[in-house]
Amino acid sequence: MTDGSVTDTNSPATTAPVIQEPGRRRLGRRRRERLVRAAGYAVFVLVVVGVAAAADWQRLADSFFRVDVARAMFPGAVTTALRNTIVYTLLAFAFGLVLGLVLALMRLSTIAPYRWFATAYIELFRGLPRLLVLFMVGYGIPQAFPDREIPGGVYGAVTLGLGATAAAYMAETIRAGIQAVPKGQTEAARSLGMSHGRAMVSIVLPQAFRIVIPPLTNEFVGLTKDTSLAYVLGVTASTIELTKFAGDALNSQVNPTPLVVAGLLYLAITLPLSQLVRWLERRAARER
Amino acid sequence: MKHREVSALSAIEISGLRKSFGALEVLRGIDLSVDSGEVVCVIGPSGSGKSTLLRCVNLLEVPTGGTIRVGGVEVTDPDCDIDGVRRRIGMVFQQFNLFGHLRVRENLTISQRRVLRRSRAEAQRIAAANLERVGLADKADAYPAQLSGGQQQRVAIARALAMDPQLMLFDEPTSALDPELVGEVLAVMRGLAADGMTMLVVTHEMAFAREVASRVVFMDGGVIVESGEPAQVFGAPRERRTAEFLHRVLEPTRVSESEIGAQPRAQHDG
Ligand SMILES: Nc1ncnc2c1ncn2[C@@H]1O[C@H](COP(=O)(O)OP(=O)(O)OP(=O)(O)O)[C@@H](O)[C@H]1O
Ligand SMILES: [Mg+2]
Repeated sequence: MTDGSVTDTNSPATTAPVIQEPGRRRLGRRRRERLVRAAGYAVFVLVVVGVAAAADWQRLADSFFRVDVARAMFPGAVTTALRNTIVYTLLAFAFGLVLGLVLALMRLSTIAPYRWFATAYIELFRGLPRLLVLFMVGYGIPQAFPDREIPGGVYGAVTLGLGATAAAYMAETIRAGIQAVPKGQTEAARSLGMSHGRAMVSIVLPQAFRIVIPPLTNEFVGLTKDTSLAYVLGVTASTIELTKFAGDALNSQVNPTPLVVAGLLYLAITLPLSQLVRWLERRAARER
Repeated sequence: MKHREVSALSAIEISGLRKSFGALEVLRGIDLSVDSGEVVCVIGPSGSGKSTLLRCVNLLEVPTGGTIRVGGVEVTDPDCDIDGVRRRIGMVFQQFNLFGHLRVRENLTISQRRVLRRSRAEAQRIAAANLERVGLADKADAYPAQLSGGQQQRVAIARALAMDPQLMLFDEPTSALDPELVGEVLAVMRGLAADGMTMLVVTHEMAFAREVASRVVFMDGGVIVESGEPAQVFGAPRERRTAEFLHRVLEPTRVSESEIGAQPRAQHDG
């Protein structure tokens, strides 16, 4: 920018000095940039070292990394809590995926009422907090239909409560994926005699899903974390998930180590998936 | 154009075909019939409605008026089983439109299996035979993205042929190809014509039309301006618009500046 203004003020007659001057200025700027970068790095190192020195490592280890407290959480942390977290995630994801696909197809339908319904649903559930929807499913629906029960108990309620919101997001993702498949694909399929539905199932959707696998995996990661909201439905010893499990352990042991253990268990699921998404996106970028 | 009796020999019978996109009338009364075994090439300037005409024949576009019969079946009848009719019409697109997620073999078998309900073994046998016919027997396991444009277009032709069509529609099949790949696709089409396939071909390949077509149709502004034997249309066009178009296409380097200025006026009269 400064270089630009310098050249602007020079007339074409003084071309030679103009070329030289920005050259010298660029060298100066480069040195200045290097200085700024070094200063930033020095501050960063100072802060890290300062915090590390100020921290009472023994206290920290006693609070967050107590081996005996961690050991007391097992095997329940894995066999019950982590297992339930995964089961809730899979159920809600499956429900959300199926409902999301139906909503996406309705959204693209030529039949106007289908489009209206899908649009209303998507806007509604994207606009509501997930926790509120869970409360609705856990307490609102049972009040409204006292003689009916949500099948599967807490499992059913979590599936419905988290899946209903996930479906709204997935519907939009899948719709975008379907629209990203070139129109010529449908035309080729139809001109071979395939019906609209057949062309959708055999030709369009397989290609659309290939496009939306990365965003859907992100949705899966999000759902994994959202299962921590399941506790509001009053989970029992057998239906407990990771966050509630860690919270209970925190209370009984009066020590925060369980939180670290739970965090590591979440990361064991989410980190590989995030890496997978990155890999898929890189591969997709290369294919394009 | 004279109206013919609907006979078993008539593959396509179009009369009074009209098509509008909103306020824009793209086809303004087309009469055209194609006999079985005939190769009809449609030529004409960009935007004259050639693709739209072709796409109306298998109802990728729904006509606004007029009737179209394919093999004696009126496809413009609202009660017509359009999927059934399309099964018997092969279509080849400018952009190939191969199914990118499927291997070449599956591109050829999927509609045989799903639409014609052929057994896997039969579908594969027919796929292999048609790949052989277009000279790509060794590419059955490749994905479309791994093929050159010319190879993709030949696969697209084989895919249509695998459905045993009575009629093939080609919409500028070589326009998206690098010049050195045009020949291999035209060679396949030439072979098809020699085998007696009924073909309606929109093309800018004048040499191909002159050599292979039984009839050439020149369209401009949504109407058929002239149609006749290739020797007549190319050698002694009756209409001035035809002559001007051919002059522009066949000798693009010789179009003079004054002609470019004269072009729009020339298209309005006539
Ligand atoms: N789906 C559509 N909606 C609106 N207008 C369209 C549509 N399809 C075609 N048209 C218009 O109709 C006219 C004729 O188009 P068409 O594709 O049939 O021409 P063409 O003769 O095939 O031209 P080209 O040689 O460029 O392929 C053009 O003006 C085009 O813009
Ligand atoms: Mg066209």
